[in-house]
Amino acid sequence: MTKQAPSVHKDDAKTLFGFWIYLMTDCILFASLFATYAVLHNNTFGGPSGQELFSLPFVLSETIILLVSSFTCGLGLLAAHRGEKHQVIGWFIITFLLGSAFLALELTEFTHLVNEGYSWQRSGFLSAFFTLVGTHGLHIATGLFWIVVMMIRVAKTGLTVVNKRRLTVLSLFWHFLDIVWIFIFTIVYLMGAL
Amino acid sequence: MGAGQGTLATYTAGFILSLILTLEAYALVAYQVLVGPALVAAIMVTAVVQLLVQLVFFLHLGSESKPRWNMIVFLFMVMVLLILVLGSLWIMHNLNYHTMSPSETDTHIIHDEGIQR
Repeated sequence: MTKQAPSVHKDDAKTLFGFWIYLMTDCILFASLFATYAVLHNNTFGGPSGQELFSLPFVLSETIILLVSSFTCGLGLLAAHRGEKHQVIGWFIITFLLGSAFLALELTEFTHLVNEGYSWQRSGFLSAFFTLVGTHGLHIATGLFWIVVMMIRVAKTGLTVVNKRRLTVLSLFWHFLDIVWIFIFTIVYLMGAL
Repeated sequence: MGAGQGTLATYTAGFILSLILTLEAYALVAYQVLVGPALVAAIMVTAVVQLLVQLVFFLHLGSESKPRWNMIVFLFMVMVLLILVLGSLWIMHNLNYHTMSPSETDTHIIHDEGIQR
């Protein structure tokens, strides 16, 4: 953000700051869903509570998969700054596969709950649970789609200034989703198991 | 650029620290090392520490040059978030308190006044 910086970097700073503001507003969205969950988590309406529904080892594996994907995404961005196109594509493909594995596990948990008769219609607790965790899952699905689009772009047009900037923004988004998950892991699953 | 770029060392440090903190929170709950409010406080503190670790090592917050707009927007978001979450909990707790059934009222009064049955 110095005055001597070339215009390219100025554009970068503007884009990154704009995206940062978007991420902060997304935090507010998640904060309202967390507040809703915190208010409703005891309203089980005679249905099961989190303690009876959640399997902690299962959720721990989800958490670690997402954390590793956050790390490989960072490694992909470092490769982009070094200008190594094939490494960028490699790391982001690994990130994509880990993100898909995470989403698959989450959907497995959801279908399992719905098949047992514990869908979002069962109680206020389950409505809040599905809304909060489902919104995070929707963000992950968007991120996965974004990774595919970016990899096609990088493969076609190479590591241009614009593509590097977009990869930086994409990695900010992906790291942000891992941060939101820390709180879902802690507040929904760990505290739910107490 | 608004934020720094990070190096292999910072990403690796962030990853290892996050992994340790995740496993620590999990172990605290799985093995019930602490009980009650102490356990809740411990895992919440662990989550906030991991938030800070990832903000610094993955999102490079704090490494920008002045004026620190990213940090200012972040702190404003934290303020809104706390008002939203704590305010909701406070209001709903108050609502529950004032609309409780007669049997609950008895239990509450007995508890609040420290009456032994």
